[in-house]
Amino acid sequence: MTAFHKMDEPDHRNRLDAMVQGVLGTGMDRPDGPEKVTGSATYAHDGQVAGMLHGVMVRATIAKGRLEHIDAQAVEALPGVRAVLHGDRFLRNPAQGTANEAPVQGSRDIAYLGQPVALVVADRFEQARHGAQSVTLRYSEESASVAPDAETAEVPDKKQSSAGDLAAAMDRAAFCVDAVYTTPGHNSAAMEPHAAIAAWEGDLLTVRASCQMLKYNVNELADALGVDPEHVRILSPFVGGGFGSKLGISPETVAAALAARALGQPVAVALSRQQVFEATMRRSETRQHIRLAADAEGRLTGIGHEALVSNLEGEDFSEPVTQATPFLYRGENRLIGHRISRVNRTCAGSVRAPGEAVGVTALEIAMDELATAAGIDPVDLRRRNIPERDPGEDRPFSSHMLRAALDDGAAAFGWENRPQGGARQGDWLAGCGMSSASRVNMIGKSSARVTLHPDGTALVETDMTDIGTGTYAILNQIAAEMLGLPPARVKVRLGDSDLPKSAGSGGSWGASSAGSSVFLACERIRQDIAERCGCDEGTLTLKDGMAIADNRARPLAQVLAGAPLQAEGEIDKGKTSEAVRQATFGAFFAEVAVNAVTGETRLRRMHGSFAAGRILNAKTARSQCLGGMTFGIGMALTEELIHDPRDGHIVNHDLAEYHLPVNADVPQLSVNLLEERDPWANPMQAKGIGELGICGAGACIVNAIHDATGIRVRHLPATLDKLLEGLDRLDDLG
Amino acid sequence: MQTKLTINGKSHNLNADTRTTLLDALRNHLGMTGTKKGCDHGQCGACTVIVNGRRINSCLTLACMHDGNEVTTIEGLGTVDDLSPLQRAFVAHDGFQCGYCTPGQICSATAMLEEIKAGWPSHVSADLNAEIALSDAEIAERMSGNLCRCAAYPNIVEAIRTVAQGGRT
Repeated sequence: MTAFHKMDEPDHRNRLDAMVQGVLGTGMDRPDGPEKVTGSATYAHDGQVAGMLHGVMVRATIAKGRLEHIDAQAVEALPGVRAVLHGDRFLRNPAQGTANEAPVQGSRDIAYLGQPVALVVADRFEQARHGAQSVTLRYSEESASVAPDAETAEVPDKKQSSAGDLAAAMDRAAFCVDAVYTTPGHNSAAMEPHAAIAAWEGDLLTVRASCQMLKYNVNELADALGVDPEHVRILSPFVGGGFGSKLGISPETVAAALAARALGQPVAVALSRQQVFEATMRRSETRQHIRLAADAEGRLTGIGHEALVSNLEGEDFSEPVTQATPFLYRGENRLIGHRISRVNRTCAGSVRAPGEAVGVTALEIAMDELATAAGIDPVDLRRRNIPERDPGEDRPFSSHMLRAALDDGAAAFGWENRPQGGARQGDWLAGCGMSSASRVNMIGKSSARVTLHPDGTALVETDMTDIGTGTYAILNQIAAEMLGLPPARVKVRLGDSDLPKSAGSGGSWGASSAGSSVFLACERIRQDIAERCGCDEGTLTLKDGMAIADNRARPLAQVLAGAPLQAEGEIDKGKTSEAVRQATFGAFFAEVAVNAVTGETRLRRMHGSFAAGRILNAKTARSQCLGGMTFGIGMALTEELIHDPRDGHIVNHDLAEYHLPVNADVPQLSVNLLEERDPWANPMQAKGIGELGICGAGACIVNAIHDATGIRVRHLPATLDKLLEGLDRLDDLG
Repeated sequence: MQTKLTINGKSHNLNADTRTTLLDALRNHLGMTGTKKGCDHGQCGACTVIVNGRRINSCLTLACMHDGNEVTTIEGLGTVDDLSPLQRAFVAHDGFQCGYCTPGQICSATAMLEEIKAGWPSHVSADLNAEIALSDAEIAERMSGNLCRCAAYPNIVEAIRTVAQGGRT
């Protein structure tokens, strides 16, 4: 049985609200929790197999040029070393998300410092590491472009638009903002470094790897190796964080597979933390020119947002900085611009919420500047500028929750009664700030198989991944709710490319896509049960393993009569993706204290109110928001990739120098999840929530710093050095 | 090099390269992959284990330096069917998302609570000689050697606070 559904029409039935098991939406504990807290969850490098060799990657130490020679023989003579591999099939950089084919290959042409160019394989890890450190590379070096350059940047056809006359609107404006904001590069820094264990049986390859999107990754890996995708199996039952960095197949996985084939033994390759920084994706630095024009009441009449980003030559991806700008606020005069500078730096790709993470953040700092200029409360300024329709494309919104989030967040935070900005307590200056959140909502083609067994248990199977997002929990809950089973009687199998193909985890579309496919499969099974019970599916009640129809309750075991029921559900995007603007919305509020002597900023409290359609699990959804908000804390205060101006090398390529927020940096954040059903999104009326929490989050902190000190930071992060000069001035005045 | 280790109460005779870290010995030689490698140089805390009662980064120490030592890893704290109070609290409070840093967090928290009982002050302790009040700030400070990119920090603090206060989850 197969149930296929294309989202061509909104689904107003709200079928899940008619179910009575009462588990969906609750904060059920993750079913995979006990494995994770006992160390028995198997991540990529944990699936060790007998006779496994260890490989360590070797990196290029120049920014651009040709690799002329590798002294393989000398290294192969070292104790334990089995081989030094390199060649045309090595990946220059990871594949971009949903690429579905290999990225640029070959270890001969070097495009950035840190590019993996060889693999040393040995019996033991220590021998392979020593071998990798002993490799001598000889190059012919070429002149490199290591810094983004606005003058020579490409102007792509996409991501450009204009309406009306922005310049004229700026001239006529009662209040305006015209400023340049910059954000530095970021690294996903998932706690699990990219790793793979590859093993061949004949021409069949099995790889345990850390991947977000298996359907695409199988094709990317097969293409890279030049083999039939049917012969490739990827296992990723647990992924130690992704945040975009594991969307596409990456260099260590291809190298492990090549080595295992060459040596006829399983090979494990894990990137070192430094290699994760250098050879997986970075979020591009951005330069954003923002113009806002408003009338005397603070209503926007014009918005301009022009971005400069960078990437390697030959990469299609460019950070979609302005993605939310066309629809977030009103204003008839609009200009969106985008340029890409080609640089010899680590590949730029998706890092949590590509686009909005940095684009909404800069826009929301600009909105705070407008509020200050106009003397309007920042929350009020947003309320006055919520558009009736998507102004960029003149189409309706599927659902619009910005006002609700602003109101809820302001009330929860106590915005009206916030402390006076600049109030001094000892050496500390207090301030509060807020910002809006928004992220586009998407769905992708996705399949799942559900089997209802005669013993009253159910099995959900899909190649979908759980990268910490809570997939194991929510797919369990959807099936339990639809089939009327206690969650303990539902088992979810994920992360095996042999299972039905899902959209994968990325772009906040995983829950909507994979969840809908489970919903559809379960709906199909319900129809079959209804038929057997002689009723319509709409009048069938399933609860606690009983089928109830026409006031008659029968155990499912009796209905199934010894044979399982199985259905495959498949969802695909359709006309609802274009007919309306689908987005999630939220609002952030923060209170900071800035040390008047040192310039140190401490976040005292932070609140987020978010709407993302139906919430599938209150606990895991909240945790996703906590994670997003904390990425925002890092973006506002500490995170910054620093490139050596000589060769583009990421200087701070580890966790001691690239500063993630630690426990002591993060107070007890509060999160409210708002009630919403979005019929245009999917049959569950749910939207993605994994990225919303970062989209604009950093701005509320930067705006709070301004409230505390009067200092406007336009170049993130707001490190001490950017505040000290202004603080000195405050002291002179004080 | 021959090294005798007692791991989770069981004696092991390790014969490994002198360059082998305690972390790699656990993972690659002894088949205990519960302890995770996040950075391999003491910056993330994912590899935290308890050696002779003290929490350490197992990536920063060589296995051969621990001859005769008692090592406790995540596998020694509880099992799926018999979780320790902290393990149970981490599940109930969602003190993790991807779960990769979690074994290190739980080993670290287990030893950290003993440090507090023993009266060790921290950077945020107001009085170096007084009994330590187990505030959220104390927990957060003492757990800041364990990074969590999923940022379950507020939930980690809640989980540890609940257990420290004798709460059941």
